Amino acid sequence: MTTTQTLAPAIRVQGIEKSFKDLQVLRGVDFDVQAGSIFALLGSNGAGKTTMVRILSTLLKSDAGTAAVHGFDVSAKPGDVRESISLTGQFAAVDDVLTGRENLVLVAKLRHLKNPREIADDLLKRFSLTEAGGRRVATYSGGMRRRLDIAMSLIGNPPVIFLDEPTTGLDPQARTEVWQTIKQLAGQGTTVLLTTQYLDEAEYLADRIAILHKGTIIQNGTLSELKQLLPTAKVEYVEKQPSLEDVFLALVGETGETDTSPDGPSDSAVPARKEF
Amino acid sequence: MTTNVLADTGVLTGRSLRHILRSPDTIITTAVTPIALMLLFVYVFGGAIDTGSKESYVDYMLPGILLITIASGVAYTAYRLFLDMQGGIFERFQSMPISRPSVLWAHVLTSLAANLASIAIIIGVALIMGFRTGASVAAWLAVTGILVLFTLALTWIAVIAGLSAKTVDGASAFSYPLIFLPFISSAFVPTDSMPGPVAWFAENQPVTSIVNTIRALFAQEPVGNEIWVALGWLIGILVVAYAFAVARYRKKVS
Repeated sequence: MTTTQTLAPAIRVQGIEKSFKDLQVLRGVDFDVQAGSIFALLGSNGAGKTTMVRILSTLLKSDAGTAAVHGFDVSAKPGDVRESISLTGQFAAVDDVLTGRENLVLVAKLRHLKNPREIADDLLKRFSLTEAGGRRVATYSGGMRRRLDIAMSLIGNPPVIFLDEPTTGLDPQARTEVWQTIKQLAGQGTTVLLTTQYLDEAEYLADRIAILHKGTIIQNGTLSELKQLLPTAKVEYVEKQPSLEDVFLALVGETGETDTSPDGPSDSAVPARKEF
Repeated sequence: MTTNVLADTGVLTGRSLRHILRSPDTIITTAVTPIALMLLFVYVFGGAIDTGSKESYVDYMLPGILLITIASGVAYTAYRLFLDMQGGIFERFQSMPISRPSVLWAHVLTSLAANLASIAIIIGVALIMGFRTGASVAAWLAVTGILVLFTLALTWIAVIAGLSAKTVDGASAFSYPLIFLPFISSAFVPTDSMPGPVAWFAENQPVTSIVNTIRALFAQEPVGNEIWVALGWLIGILVVAYAFAVARYRKKVS
């Protein structure tokens, strides 16, 4: 079901505008996201990334313009859009009082799926949370909460997933784990739109990157297209010093507090984290 | 989507009931203050209060205590709703294909269950303190019906507060005047002992008619016109609060 829309873009945004009272947050945003790709919306705090995601996930109505997700207009057919998407917001939307397993069962039941318990157990395994599954989420670390949050978003295999700043506030290991998850998702044909203020995150994950600045898209292209905007690289010889992050990851080992996904993080040289 | 309303409400009610079962202190806290008031009024003030009726003072003041219990209990509904919205789980629900009224109804039904549990505790304590009634099954059903209506009316007010609040404290502040209202009514002393304007207010505010009706039902006395005044207030408040809560919710999730 994830690759049915091969011709039409999975997300189409045209001329979206949105103001809050006098503050114009979005001033005509246009972009398309190809089905099965990872699209990064890059921008600093207050650029309008979250507002854009909230419009696409039917939480907010735009003032002007049109947006369609999985072929459905967000304002005309919000119900169909909600069937096709899942949203992982900026703050982990998990229920602290319930256990990890109960959170997953809850979402599976609300999506009217059969066998909610099996779905929960399967996801706990996929996200290395089997042992923690019976514990209340209040006892989880930030990385575990985020993984559970993303696991909850995958229930029902929605073809389009929105991730709003998925790694903000996570430690380096947790961030690597989340990145692996996102890569795997796109590998299975899910369309991923993620927002981030971290350049390295967009660089590492995204097939296309759009830079949202002061309410409009000022650039939109692949990483190599964006790199061509600057003068050709000149070759310099610089002594490679390990960054503190390299040292940290080497010392504590990348498995960290929890077991990672079966294949493990692939690249040991995670680029230093630069803020936009 | 409408076919899912019941199923979704059921699943979400199960979730918030689980919250209560995991923190039963919310039910106990709700019951502690009314129990303390009951002890204070029966064993400290009660002896000096002339209610002008033959019934024991615990019988006289129990209806008012039950209303105070509910008024303080609904504050937790506003609190839980507010925390849901703060925590982001509310937005997750809104972005999912679930029927939207279910999110509110789950909190309302949970409020009903929690308040009835607190009420049962209070009546149990009152029985130990000497509360006696020869009320028939029909009278008990009528009392339960009135308490359910009262809980629903105040719960929808709590929903408005929970949806509108900016802070956790703000979410439950609305309940203080509601808790205070029974004191200026016939709940603890007869209204004719009060000075003119206060007596007028006490006689014409909703709590007095509700208290008098429950008291008459427990005492196996005719309820007279009071029950219709009480039902009028209850249904009126319920309808208005529900309308405002739904409008507030629509605005919030537009």
